[in-house]
Amino acid sequence: MRTYIYTMSKLIILVTFMVIPIFGSAQEEKIVNRIPTDSTQNNLNMDAVYDRPFLKFKKVPVAIGGYLEANSIYSSTDGVSEGLSFQARRFTMFMSASIYNRIKFLAELEFEDGTKEIGIEFAAMDITLFPLLNFRGGIVMNPIGGFNQNHDGPKWEFIERPDEAVQMLPATWSNVGFGLYGKTHFGNWIAGYEVYLTNGFDDSVIDNELNKTYLPAAKLNRNRFEESNNGIPLISGKVAIKNRKIGELGFSYMGGVYNTFKMEGLIVDSKRRLDVFSIDFNSTIKKSGTYFDGEASYILIDVPNTYTQQYGNQQFGAFIDIVQPIIRRKILDWENASLNIAARFDYVDWNIGTFNESNTNIGDQRISITPAISFRPSSQTVLRLNYRYSWDTDIFFNEKSRSASIMFGFSTYF
Amino acid sequence: MVFVLVTITYGCKKIMPSEPSEAEVLDGPIDGLTTAQLIQFNKGDADFGEVFTSATGLGPIFVANQCASCHAGDGKGTPFVQFTRFGQSDTLGNTFLNFGGPQLQHKAIPGYTPEQLPLGAPKTSLIAPAVTGLGFLDAVEDAFLLALADPFDLDGDGISGRVHYNVIPSYVALRPNSIPKNGKYICRFGKKGGAYDLLHQTSGAYNQDMGITSLFEPIDVYSGQEIDPEVGTQTIHDVVFYLKTLKAPIPRNQQDSDVIAGKNLFNDINCAKCHTPSMQTGYSPIAPLSYKEFHPYTDLLLHDMGSELNDGYTEGFALASEWKTPALWGLGLSKMSQGGQYYLMHDGRALSIEQAIQMHGGEASQSRSLYNQLIENQKNQLIKFLESL
Ligand code: HEC
Ligand code: HEC
Repeated sequence: MRTYIYTMSKLIILVTFMVIPIFGSAQEEKIVNRIPTDSTQNNLNMDAVYDRPFLKFKKVPVAIGGYLEANSIYSSTDGVSEGLSFQARRFTMFMSASIYNRIKFLAELEFEDGTKEIGIEFAAMDITLFPLLNFRGGIVMNPIGGFNQNHDGPKWEFIERPDEAVQMLPATWSNVGFGLYGKTHFGNWIAGYEVYLTNGFDDSVIDNELNKTYLPAAKLNRNRFEESNNGIPLISGKVAIKNRKIGELGFSYMGGVYNTFKMEGLIVDSKRRLDVFSIDFNSTIKKSGTYFDGEASYILIDVPNTYTQQYGNQQFGAFIDIVQPIIRRKILDWENASLNIAARFDYVDWNIGTFNESNTNIGDQRISITPAISFRPSSQTVLRLNYRYSWDTDIFFNEKSRSASIMFGFSTYF
Repeated sequence: MVFVLVTITYGCKKIMPSEPSEAEVLDGPIDGLTTAQLIQFNKGDADFGEVFTSATGLGPIFVANQCASCHAGDGKGTPFVQFTRFGQSDTLGNTFLNFGGPQLQHKAIPGYTPEQLPLGAPKTSLIAPAVTGLGFLDAVEDAFLLALADPFDLDGDGISGRVHYNVIPSYVALRPNSIPKNGKYICRFGKKGGAYDLLHQTSGAYNQDMGITSLFEPIDVYSGQEIDPEVGTQTIHDVVFYLKTLKAPIPRNQQDSDVIAGKNLFNDINCAKCHTPSMQTGYSPIAPLSYKEFHPYTDLLLHDMGSELNDGYTEGFALASEWKTPALWGLGLSKMSQGGQYYLMHDGRALSIEQAIQMHGGEASQSRSLYNQLIENQKNQLIKFLESL
């Protein structure tokens, strides 16, 4: 992983240096072209990696882009507040290149929380054989749910990412591997599929300091970019269908053996699987402009029954966003500005089931609501004011904590 | 913009969750600690919440992976995190030490087989008690407990009560003015009162409950061999300090007339003969614990509770029918850590205070009969009093 980052950062520095002089004179000579995002509505969540604003420079065969998210936050848990802080959540850079006819490349590098976490989210080569048959290899985004594929900050009205996607599913979750995807459309309908084999999870999903089955724990294992921890690939796949008048609906699956069952040729445990099923949708009511986006996932995981029930063998989570534009017109100098109100509902149950000892229900749940106001000078920049309130229970269903936060921030492509 | 932001955030304190009142929660330090002591308290608090993983030494066999998973919110545990102790039925010692006794580690990290209960072993189940106010109990001098004891029932009230003289590990430091007898010392922690002090109890908990070895308890429960410490010595001291300085539960509704009437009944029907309302600490190096009167509702003595509570298992020199009187402070807050339901007595078998009282036998049978003679309203007053603790 280190070496990846190294080479990548070198590359980026190189490109930046090539680009700066061009920028300097960009105004007069129009060397920089903004490639707007595809607005033909032929896009599915799976297209999100390429469906972003890119800057293209004449004579330079690469296009670059990126986004930045920062915010202030005032939060309080059970009446105890840490005061006001400022967060540089993430800075992401991506660049794409058409290498040759039908062959393109895109890489995305992300710095989270300053430089605390640096990762390659995506770095893959795509070869188009037919529209319905494309090959993709490298570090790919596992197509589970909609958020994992389509998570760029400026696309959302909320500063926090959905709990279901980042506290239960491991968004943003990418791995080394390869696979196929394709898309077709007929009339108002667009359909697409994706299927990949990649490296995957490890034992930390049921052995971590959060004391709960936690798929995101596997993200800390940077070795997964180097080798699989058990030699069995993770399969992930998605089918999505969209009607331009109605909306998009996706079904996805991801599963495989997650544990290290063999060490130096020695069988040390039985093979244990985890399987994730997701459904996602998004839709806009034409008349009112109301936009809905949501996702629900269910996880089934083989936890040894001689292990602590602190780690659940089933999980469920869902979120739904509702966004209502209330003003959409020219504001100041911004032609297509909009002001929106929005709300998100989050729910996660990290441990579905009952205790063997008492046959009572296991808790470990969180419910949150987030009302929001957002202002978009253009579709690529958003200023957002969020208020989030959440209720947590521990595994015994004791009220663990109530927290609230007020966040104000922005997210913008550049 | 910044101005708007600041106004919004500070103006919005109202829409932030409020702090539960101090009397409603068990967590929090005793009053009067120095800054340095508060810092150590916070460290111990964090360590008490540390989740052990296989990477940090959990198991390979264990019962739970975190102090706080059994002692949720510093309160009582539930049957989910109960554990089984086995192997001893009389005062002649544990005969199953070579078979994994005294504690059953019935969980294991993946790939390992947990311990099985050996056939024919005497056993009991225990749920976690609250760990609040223990510093006060720890600072009570031996002489105070001996004065409460009446091993031969000389006063003829049917209630004897004796201190638990037990053998102690070499690593504990004796408390001031300790009164040993034949090389044994007065022990006071644990449901059979078998542990001498909080260091003894804590090192034992790391080892037996979580499979974590330390300088004090270096033998790995799985291999039976001495291994490197998996938890630092300083960490253990911090946790012990945390336990010592965790505040005593604060009683609520003390002015309520039913509560006052209930308190009188509690004395009248002899509950207070074991659940001693007031105690006095001796000297403690932690100033706020020194020479203080406090109200735990326990005498820290062993009582024969009759066949009702005799599981046929024991520890140290206690009898199988003997249990240490549990403190009743915080009783009304137990449900908060037990998922909204009472689980009382050593294994949580009583699902209400009323049921708990009905299970009192042996030395407490007379007190139970007196309770049963109360009229409904008086019973309610008594229970209201107990819930106010
Ligand atoms: C598996 C559940 C479990 C875990 C984990 C656990 N405890 Fe306990 N704890 C208990 C039970 C059950 C008892 C009663 C034990 C006895 O009678 O010896 C107890 C008793 C105690 C006591 C004695 C209280 C009294 O009033 O006598 C203290 C102190 C204590 N635990 C501290 C700890 C600390 C510190 C840890 C972590 C290092 C810990 N416990 C981990 C279940 C647990
Ligand atoms: C002879 C001493 C004695 C007397 C008298 C006595 N108790 Fe107890 N009490 C105990 C012991 C010992 C236990 C713990 C038994 C066990 O854990 O199985 C206990 C447990 C309890 C519990 C459960 C506490 C818990 O944390 O699980 C309650 C409540 C209680 N007693 C209330 C009373 C009331 C009310 C009276 C008067 C009617 C009373 N006791 C009289 C010794 C006594």
